[in-house]
Amino acid sequence: MSAEIYKKVRANPRFSELEGKRSRFAYLLTAIVLITYYALMMLVAFAPEVLRTPISEGSMLTVGVPIGASIIIGSWLLTGWFVSRSNGEFDQINNEIIREASK
Amino acid sequence: MIARKHLIGTLLLALAGAAAFAGDAIAVAQKQPLNMTAIGMFFVFVMGTMGITYWAASRTKSTADFYTAGGGITGFQNGLAIAGDYMSAATLLGLSAMTFSKGLDGFIYAIGFFVGWPVILFLMAERLRNLGKFTFADIASYRLDQGTIRTFAAFGSLTVVCFYLIVQMVGAGQLIKLLFGLDYATAVVVVGVLMVVYVTFGGMIATTWVQIIKACLMLFGGTVLLFLSLSQFGFSLETAAQKAVEVHKDGIKLMGTGTLMADPITAVSLSLGLVFGTAGLPHIMMRFFTVPNAKEARKSVFVASGCIGYFFMVVCALGLMAIVIVGTNPEFYEGGNIAGKLIGGGNMPVMHLSKAVGGNLFLGFMSAVAFATILAVVSGLALAGASAIAHDIYARVIRKGTATETEEMRVSKFATVGLGVVAVLLGILFEKQNIAFLVGLTFGIAASTNFPILILSMYWRGLTTRGALLGGLVGLISAVTLVVLSKAVWVVVLGNAAAIFPYEQPALFSMPLAFFFTWLFSVTDNSARSKIDKAGFDDQYVRSQTGIGAAGASAH
Repeated sequence: MSAEIYKKVRANPRFSELEGKRSRFAYLLTAIVLITYYALMMLVAFAPEVLRTPISEGSMLTVGVPIGASIIIGSWLLTGWFVSRSNGEFDQINNEIIREASK
Repeated sequence: MIARKHLIGTLLLALAGAAAFAGDAIAVAQKQPLNMTAIGMFFVFVMGTMGITYWAASRTKSTADFYTAGGGITGFQNGLAIAGDYMSAATLLGLSAMTFSKGLDGFIYAIGFFVGWPVILFLMAERLRNLGKFTFADIASYRLDQGTIRTFAAFGSLTVVCFYLIVQMVGAGQLIKLLFGLDYATAVVVVGVLMVVYVTFGGMIATTWVQIIKACLMLFGGTVLLFLSLSQFGFSLETAAQKAVEVHKDGIKLMGTGTLMADPITAVSLSLGLVFGTAGLPHIMMRFFTVPNAKEARKSVFVASGCIGYFFMVVCALGLMAIVIVGTNPEFYEGGNIAGKLIGGGNMPVMHLSKAVGGNLFLGFMSAVAFATILAVVSGLALAGASAIAHDIYARVIRKGTATETEEMRVSKFATVGLGVVAVLLGILFEKQNIAFLVGLTFGIAASTNFPILILSMYWRGLTTRGALLGGLVGLISAVTLVVLSKAVWVVVLGNAAAIFPYEQPALFSMPLAFFFTWLFSVTDNSARSKIDKAGFDDQYVRSQTGIGAAGASAH
């Protein structure tokens, strides 16, 4: 029974559309997270003085602190965006495709 | 402040042991005076979790209940459980110790622990849930030859589980000497017995709740400690940083990154091992099968990464404040000499901080939480090991799917007891050994054997049985060889003068090798089997994307 449904799903042009959209979104977010992280590592390795800049005149906190914190918070917000879009928009199309295929 | 050699050991271990308690495993800890408050609070934790296990036992009837709590855990609960699995004693003690001695560098390292989670969500969570049933081998062998790939994947899981159990056991033994003032062997036996009881009676339901409770306790304890410590600086991180710079021997350099990252290759290899090793740990993957559908699987990573990110930032702030509160207080140093060694060793700043700002009662609480952490991790490991033995090897490969539920359950319970006995024996055997290499090995194998097979089977049509098997073997052999040639084994264990392989974590080299040979042996594979392997991809792909045919939640 499953094999038949799988075939129908594949034949549905909306499936490849959904799959393309969803994968591009996932790859984009992965790239953002990994590029930011490895950019930070490159800064640490090759330009450590950048991270030693104080956040303001006379402050003992350096820009390394907010940059690090924003990588953690930022990538967490990206997970939130991913979840809301996947569980909303994408899942809705997904469910429609499944319904059409099970007819 | 702290001997440099010890510090570097702490750093590498804390880094490599994301879900392990490994920090203290490197240095044999000194037994501290008996801490009755901590023992009492730990006893309360054990009583509570035993109550839950009793309740869970009545709900664990089928193999699905046992392995995956019947798929009935919500995304939020599972998120907390994942966080409970991941926020280990190594992160609490090790990361804060790193910030305590190295300032901003500790924080930069913490980020490396974190970034794997968003990536797991974007690339894997949904497909893991849609394809998997009980074990990671279910996915790896979905369209490949069952006998070959399932056996190989189960073997990969078991290897990782066993090494990791030893790390945890030795960590438990060292930790109990420090925090409770009890004997090493007591800890190992207590952990082994509790683990077997949780898993054999309560299965995944009990394990999940142990992890959830532990995660909540840890988040609560960390937040209270943050609040109490910040109150000493008028709730200003700026003031804390200023004072820390004044008293720390590195002065202003503390707030910048320093020598730790002098070698980018080490850093990148470690972070690769960490990110993709985490994605290849069988007990972490198994957590994705406990939720009813892909929607909940995604939610659980959102919750987990929120908790983990928050906790890491808290822990690093604690390390910074400990510089002032603990670092200037002779009471916490051996012989009252603040230029000397911290009492209990380099991993203790956060524990001393608990005592300094919260008194003995709070110290007892934090000690009990740190120890409870180990129980949460070993239970997950035992369950993953038992499922590899009972579900993959026994029910699928040996009995070829003809085993009844009762038979499979019986085997999984025997397997759990067996794993418990092995873990206790090896834990005692390895007491005086330097087991740092086991952490590198665990993550190296997970990243170079389990992960490539898993990701390629989900993403690449061309993967064949031959490619997965031979590529996986290349990953396994290269990871093991490189770890043996690295300092942790070649110099420390085997006593040679210099390491042949200069880095701690083999992933940067063994992972590409595994991928390359998997590709090579797949594209050159023209066997009849390879045609079946490739033909299976289309259906698998639709299932992984839509969830049609995915194992659902059992009815209760």
